Amino acid sequence: MLNSLAYAAVDTVQQVAQATAGAGDSMFVTVMKGFSNLAVPIILFVVVVLGFFKKIKVYETFIDGAKEGFSVAINIIPYLVAILVAIGMFRASGAMGFFIKILSPLTNMIGMPAETLPVALMRPLSGSGSLGIVTELMTQHGPDSFIGRLASTMFGSTETTFYVIAVYFGSIGIRKSRHAIASGLIGDMAGLLMAVFICHIVFG
Amino acid sequence: MNYIWLALMVISLVVGAFTGNLGAVTAAAVNSAEVAVEISLGLIGIMAFWLGIMKIAEEGGIIKILSRAIRPISKFLFPEIPPDHPAIGTMLMNIIANWLGLGNAATPLGLKAMKELQKLNKSEDTATNAMVVFLALNTASITFIPMTVIAVRAKLGSANPFEIISTAVFASTCATITAVTAAKLMQRLPGTRKSDPNRLPKTTGKGGDDA
Repeated sequence: MLNSLAYAAVDTVQQVAQATAGAGDSMFVTVMKGFSNLAVPIILFVVVVLGFFKKIKVYETFIDGAKEGFSVAINIIPYLVAILVAIGMFRASGAMGFFIKILSPLTNMIGMPAETLPVALMRPLSGSGSLGIVTELMTQHGPDSFIGRLASTMFGSTETTFYVIAVYFGSIGIRKSRHAIASGLIGDMAGLLMAVFICHIVFG
Repeated sequence: MNYIWLALMVISLVVGAFTGNLGAVTAAAVNSAEVAVEISLGLIGIMAFWLGIMKIAEEGGIIKILSRAIRPISKFLFPEIPPDHPAIGTMLMNIIANWLGLGNAATPLGLKAMKELQKLNKSEDTATNAMVVFLALNTASITFIPMTVIAVRAKLGSANPFEIISTAVFASTCATITAVTAAKLMQRLPGTRKSDPNRLPKTTGKGGDDA
């Protein structure tokens, strides 16, 4: 039952992948890149011109808003120090290797190469740390190897959960984050598992 | 957060002692503290810039227009926020910046949104349900151009550095849906319900309106 479902999914995804490969893919990328490059100029133009037509003193209003920039950045400092120090110590202690040993039999079972496990564990903790691991893996195995593609997908599909939570809550002084970390990590886990799944289908 | 932080500290110190890495652990602590301050201070300029632009957008009514435009979605995701509250429009701008991979703009816009959400919070130091859902959207953020990793792939001589976009978008969409669902489900647990700073004092007041 599950097997046939999986095969059906494989077929459709492969068809889509074939259909969108080549010209379609690069078109999509060009359009999206163009969007990214134009987004900020367009936003700035619309905001400033519309503000002017609404008879807003744009310069004074900008200064008024910008004043808060300093205090927001300062507010974040204690939160970011707390979380980055803990993560930095964790990385330096070598505890990561210990967790990898415990978890690797489990990840082998779901078809996730043991080499990519450090990416999965490091991604929610540190952006630069996980990017370093991804780069190392791609240097060793090649960017177009299965490991390289899976590691890239993992990196591209989740965020540095702990950093985001520290900065976002820190900026407004929230100390009790309630279920934010749990839901963020559940999301990360889903993202990583789905990365393994989709990479097996598309690149497998 | 308390337990996670404690666990990270204790594990690093204990493992560091066993593996003889204690020196490296303390060095990392000092180093990371400096990096944290650098990152925070580095935000000042870009923060001030986007907060200034957002103030004009707010007074010019753009944020209100955006808020109204996504009313059906925001009513489902953030039932407790009034539909034309500036928080909605600001969150939308943050999410669009994330989609486009505009990391520089996304953080200031996200922090501005948090500020708006805090105005609806009855507590000073406890997160509301809306904040947790917004963070769930952010921590698993969908990016259509994950530029950093594409750049690394290109540098290492990949035949098609962009080929991971479709798989990453697929995985991050699943991650986002899961994170938001988890946040929505967890806010119904007795413990989280009790800690909700905006919970109504007597009746629960919850019909099926948020299902």
